[in-house]
Amino acid sequence: MIAGSSPISSVVAAPANGSRWLAVLADVTRSRSALAGSFILVVLLLTTLLGPLVWTVDPVAVDLTQRFSVPVWAEGGAWLHPLGTDNLGRDVLARLLNGARISLLVAFSTVIVSMLVGVTLGVVSGYFGGHVDSVVMRIGDIFLAYPFMLLTISIIAILGPSLVNLILVLALSDWVTYARTIRGSVLSVKTREFVTAAHAIGSSHTYIIGRHILPNVMAPVLVLGTVRAANYIIWESGLSFLGMGVPPPTATWGMMLAEGRNYILNAGWLITLPGIAIMLTILSINLLGDGLRDVFDPRLKRTLK
Amino acid sequence: MLRYFLGRLGQTVLVLICISMVSFVFLRLTGDPAGLVLPQDATMDQMAAMRIQMGLDKALPMQYLQYLGHVLQGDLGRSIYSQEPVTGLIMERMPATMELAVVSMLAALAVAVPIGIVSALYRGTLMDNASMFFALVGISMPHFWLGIMLVMLFSVELGWLPTSGRGGWQHMILPATTLGLSLVALFARLVRSSMLEVLGQDYVRTARAKGASQLAVVGKHALRNALIPIVTVIGMQFGLLLGGTVIIETVFAWPGVGRLIVQAVMDRDYPVVQAAVMFLAAIFVLVNLVVDMLYIWLDPAISYHRGQA
Repeated sequence: MIAGSSPISSVVAAPANGSRWLAVLADVTRSRSALAGSFILVVLLLTTLLGPLVWTVDPVAVDLTQRFSVPVWAEGGAWLHPLGTDNLGRDVLARLLNGARISLLVAFSTVIVSMLVGVTLGVVSGYFGGHVDSVVMRIGDIFLAYPFMLLTISIIAILGPSLVNLILVLALSDWVTYARTIRGSVLSVKTREFVTAAHAIGSSHTYIIGRHILPNVMAPVLVLGTVRAANYIIWESGLSFLGMGVPPPTATWGMMLAEGRNYILNAGWLITLPGIAIMLTILSINLLGDGLRDVFDPRLKRTLK
Repeated sequence: MLRYFLGRLGQTVLVLICISMVSFVFLRLTGDPAGLVLPQDATMDQMAAMRIQMGLDKALPMQYLQYLGHVLQGDLGRSIYSQEPVTGLIMERMPATMELAVVSMLAALAVAVPIGIVSALYRGTLMDNASMFFALVGISMPHFWLGIMLVMLFSVELGWLPTSGRGGWQHMILPATTLGLSLVALFARLVRSSMLEVLGQDYVRTARAKGASQLAVVGKHALRNALIPIVTVIGMQFGLLLGGTVIIETVFAWPGVGRLIVQAVMDRDYPVVQAAVMFLAAIFVLVNLVVDMLYIWLDPAISYHRGQA
């Protein structure tokens, strides 16, 4: 997990340019965990995108004559349903593929929305300081005071479960994480010479933020986004499991687990398969996130060396 | 010290007030309290009379103060579903939830701290790599899935442990393991990296140079300092644990507050949902207050001035 040796501290120190990102990319490819993670993730993404084109079985089509068909590797399994069927005779492979789409969609959208809100508020808070900063950070404290799962549940209870609500609720509950991280970086960047110089030559706040601040503080936030994406998938599956995620008949991994739970005695694959799908996805994101963190955290790297 | 404590206490009270405000707003968003009390076929006049009787004709801030007054007296409203006082419903189930959360936390620490220390001391060995890989797999598993898998193995296949419910210590093993395992992975990684950082510090090198034994270096110098970050995280993770009980209690039919919340969401019993969530959030805030105090006691180097929370 020890990353390469090029001076990454330059990422934070120097103003942005293209070659810097190339250096980062080179470092990432030297991290074994990041490589392994990206590889699994790319395979998963391709499967998710292309899978439904290849395996065109309807994930919600009920066929009561085909209930509890066993997977192909088990005694009596057939290629008609390679991963078996559930209690309503629905094809598990098709449902898993659909679940992957939902999970990745939720994770990706949540990262975008919460990052957008968090980065905006964090930058404004760190850059302008004063009352704006106090107000934003105190509001953030309230969000942090709620255990995440409880906050999402109590909002879902009001809004009702749906895909959009799920994304909004997850993003709403997690923007603080981004805001705090980026606020810290902004505080350290805004005192640097090139920002002072930009002030001196009369650049506008918008220009300074866009040109000098943002490019220098985005790296840790992007790493954070990667790491948090894993959590969103876990929470999405958890909420689906409780019946507070995307409502049926849409197939999600969490819901498949909730339904499969009633049949652990005779249809174990209904539990193992969605679980493995979730675990593989999270594992690949975590591996990638670990690798990225090693690359972007020079302090940690020095300790490891 | 005292000043810091009072400041921190004030902050906690402020957060608690905010939590109650959020709960109040959520509660009002989910329905007209008068409508909840009266039967469905109540006339408009009856509704209006009831609204005045319940103080709903007053300004919203007044309504909030009234609500706060009730909350401080331990009155969190009534369940729409069973008409029972919510406070009673929560109190009945609180011991089960706390028991599960505390046992999981302690078990997780007991396993994770030694793993983290050993991994840090023997960094780069097979032992380190293996435990860190398992830790990674551990945090990559949704714990409710792990719970179902453990039930499949230990209850269904082997028949060693009960599948669900609360009873003797046997009932505790599976839920606590499930809830604790995600924390084991997290704590082990944290202890390891914090230990590695401390081991690279000058004072550890000095101790080594003086010829102190490995045991003395780790026990006296490194461990205490390495555990400081863990203490803060314990507070934060306690919140995760309380949130986690919501799902784990559902998996194991554990009769705690988490299951009460899930059932209440299903029944659209909003007063119960908001009150129970507010209750758990308040506990979480108080736990963090205690943890912060503990933190200062552990590390005298931390300044008591108002800094970043």
